Amino acid sequence: MVRALVPEIVVLTVALVILMLDLLVRRKEILGYVTLAGALLAVYFVLRPLCADGQYFSAMITVDRFTAFFDIIFLVAMVVTMFISMHYLDTQRWVHGEYYALLLLATLGMMLLAKAADLVMVFLGIETLSLAVYILAGYLRQEKKSNEAALKYVLLGAFSTAFLLYGIALIYGSTGSTNLLTIAQVIARENILADPLLLLAMALIMVGFAFKVSLVPFHMWTPDVYEGAPTPITAFMAVGVKAAALAAFLHVFLLAFPALHPYWGKLLWGVAVLTMTVGNLIAISQNNIKRMLAYSSIAHAGYILIGLIAGGEAGVTSVLYYLVVYMFMNMGAFAVVTAYGSQGDENLEIKDYAGMGWRQPWLAFAMLVFLFSLAGIPPMAGFMGKLYIFSAAIKSGYIWLTIIGVINSVISAYYYLRVIEVMYMKPAQRTVIPMTAKPALIVALIVTVFFTLQIGLFPTLTMEFARLAAVIGR
Amino acid sequence: MSIGNIPILTFLIFFPLAGIVIMIFISRKKEVWLKWTANLITLLEFFFSLLLLRGFQANAEGMQFMERTDWIKSFKVQYLLGIDGISLLLILLTTLLTFLATLSSWKAIKDRVKEYYIFLLLLEVGMIGVFVSLDMVLFYVFWELMLLPMYFLIGVWGGERKLYAAIKFFLFTLFGSVIMLVAILAMYFQYHTFDLLAIVQSGSYLPLALQSWVFLGFFLGFAIKVPMFPFHTWLPDAHVEAPTAASVILAAVLLKMGAYGFLRFSLPLFPDAARRFMPVMIALALISIVYGALVSLMQKDMKKLIAYSSVSHMGFVMLGIFTFTPMALKGAIIQMINHGISTGALFLIVGIIYERRHTRLIADFGGLSARMPVYAAVFLIMTMSSIGLPGLNGFIGEFMILMGTFAVNWKWAAIAASSIILGAGYMLWLYQRVMFGKLSNPANESLTDLTIREFATFFPLLIMAFWIGLMPKPFLDILDKPVENIVRIVRPDYFQKQIFDIRQLKKPAPTEALNAEGH
Repeated sequence: MVRALVPEIVVLTVALVILMLDLLVRRKEILGYVTLAGALLAVYFVLRPLCADGQYFSAMITVDRFTAFFDIIFLVAMVVTMFISMHYLDTQRWVHGEYYALLLLATLGMMLLAKAADLVMVFLGIETLSLAVYILAGYLRQEKKSNEAALKYVLLGAFSTAFLLYGIALIYGSTGSTNLLTIAQVIARENILADPLLLLAMALIMVGFAFKVSLVPFHMWTPDVYEGAPTPITAFMAVGVKAAALAAFLHVFLLAFPALHPYWGKLLWGVAVLTMTVGNLIAISQNNIKRMLAYSSIAHAGYILIGLIAGGEAGVTSVLYYLVVYMFMNMGAFAVVTAYGSQGDENLEIKDYAGMGWRQPWLAFAMLVFLFSLAGIPPMAGFMGKLYIFSAAIKSGYIWLTIIGVINSVISAYYYLRVIEVMYMKPAQRTVIPMTAKPALIVALIVTVFFTLQIGLFPTLTMEFARLAAVIGR
Repeated sequence: MSIGNIPILTFLIFFPLAGIVIMIFISRKKEVWLKWTANLITLLEFFFSLLLLRGFQANAEGMQFMERTDWIKSFKVQYLLGIDGISLLLILLTTLLTFLATLSSWKAIKDRVKEYYIFLLLLEVGMIGVFVSLDMVLFYVFWELMLLPMYFLIGVWGGERKLYAAIKFFLFTLFGSVIMLVAILAMYFQYHTFDLLAIVQSGSYLPLALQSWVFLGFFLGFAIKVPMFPFHTWLPDAHVEAPTAASVILAAVLLKMGAYGFLRFSLPLFPDAARRFMPVMIALALISIVYGALVSLMQKDMKKLIAYSSVSHMGFVMLGIFTFTPMALKGAIIQMINHGISTGALFLIVGIIYERRHTRLIADFGGLSARMPVYAAVFLIMTMSSIGLPGLNGFIGEFMILMGTFAVNWKWAAIAASSIILGAGYMLWLYQRVMFGKLSNPANESLTDLTIREFATFFPLLIMAFWIGLMPKPFLDILDKPVENIVRIVRPDYFQKQIFDIRQLKKPAPTEALNAEGH
């Protein structure tokens, strides 16, 4: 039984070990390497599980290829964040120890969330994840913006979790169970499709998830929190937290509510269109690069939602594939922002990037790859991700959604190009010299650029993994 | 099929990429090395593309030099390449003009030379890829791939309004492309493959309603590229603001891709929709022809004048394509090549004078032939080529298009023919104002004639202009089969009806000959 949670136990143990080690070691990089070792160990146990696929802990936890896929995504995201942080924390001269421990604990929450087979476990996972991330968002104690970010996140997060909890309670009320599969069975058996209690519960749960994934109109917290949090944590939130929430979203809506698809399908259709459009349109007017990337991540959540709405094996596979792609390109973009903004987050206005194309050519090239990938231009991975999602949507018959999606891609190209334009085609306003990148950051950049190109040019391997992992869709 | 065990098409696509890798290792400071390397690579690419002529068989059915492997197995996307007569001509045009454009940039580009040539080479990769791809997703990848380097070429090395022009070009073209992507995906879910050849050979077509929508999806992507009225507004800005080499490539090659797309995809895949929308296409083509010509007359900037003349010429090409007769189709394809040659040369011509005087306004010139006689001669030949003077290449294409159109509807041919007069008008007037008359502007006194390098950029184009103009047969012969295949799909009744076709004048009895030829 315990064997099912070995990866999580590894992560937890390493977190505690780090807290202890922090008291003992002077060179804080060691903590980073310990975290890396722990993550690798956890990945090993994910890939070679000590137990068979199935449900454990009184059907609270599922272990299958879907959860394994997500576990890998979370661990990779955490490692990349950690590499970026090793550079960031040094340049900012902040304390390392609790940071890594909190990252690990957040990852723990994410892994539990992905494995959740029961709504209570979903709640547990979200809370574990959120608490850690709240603290991380406010890690820069002396920055006003960081405090503001943490406070906004806590308040709005608590509010939305309350919605989620209320929804869970109502589900229990109408179906008598909180286990996802049992809920589906009860709905099918009792034929209570149009039960208002059930529909209300579903809507409330959707609100709770929509907040975490930052779908419109529950996205208001995202730009402020992303802007105020330390940049590596912004990357972690944009990628990891979103992926975890989407894993739970997929689990809950495809396992527990498949029969209610007529209802939530239409709702999500509207939400997806709103999310993409609002995200892209507001991003156009942003001057701060972190805010722009925040709105861009909102828009991308919209594209991912299209895959969710399409459903079926193709839909779920496309969502999984897109999450991998999204992880690399988003992490990479934030890595570049960290590298460039190393004098303490000063260089966060887009116009400060002027001239970077010629003075830091490799960094600018990396940014170019990420931005074009985000816009969905071949041959970068972002294009393949969008291709796959749109094809799943057309397969399920959502033509208009696809057309809106592609038009949004064009709109998004405008603000991504604006950064490129500033980098390469505008003369430098003030001389910005970022600090030398630490090896960890360079590794992070190389890895993200490499995979953004590799997954775009040779997508077969990743697509196969995604297809194998899409157990839910079948 | 390959030449001596080397897959020639893959080699042609990726050789410039190898060139880019070589150039990355050359230091930014050694500018001369960079220039020589870039020119050598593009020249070699041109010679390698000539190898295609050796193995090409004009009478063979189907695509040649084909290469096929799986690219994305789970999505059924293949790495599928192949060429026929149409693509062959366009590839040769591409490689030749990329070399000439690279050669012409020697003195023109002064800073960031390394990146400039790298982008030119990357552009070539995309262009060749578009002309050889037979898988729809592969085609799309190369199609969009070209946006990147062109955006940079315009945006970094362009003129005053380069930023506006670059982003307009990028977003406008991207918009058409993504709509085309939706259409491609819709095709996939009907045919369950992206393989163009398989779909055409299956002989089954989409129901008319769906076919019309998908046709319109592809239409948007291609029409913006051609550009057809009213999607042409990006062209003047992009052309005027781009550096000379980029303008040459834009006009000579990129515009042809739109027309090529119609020939390769829209007509064979959606014949019913094509016939249904034929009146609209013809109308837009005629409007492009006349409107482009009229607006050219009014231009004060030489580059903008030639840019609008491109709209007019491409209108001719579209007219030829959508009359669906072999004569007009062949004329359209030849006209594509001709336009590439003559307009490419014209942009080079404008570039030469711009390098010397840094202005393109017609009013700043006058009487230049006194100072630059060789330049005047080249300019005159290319002007005549653009107008369509018999003896030069422009005549062949225009004549064939008009002949084919006349057979279908004489009024259309009349409108198109009338614009030839307009074409003569704006080009000759341009030439007169710039080259003839008094040398009134003192700044023009010290102008020097063409250097050897500059003349070298024109020499191949002059040869081609006369060659195609006087002896077009070899070029037309390789087009026979692909054009016949297209007409057979779009107008299956063509080869049964008795239609006046100039080729038939030598044959004894028209009906029997047609049936025999059309087995």
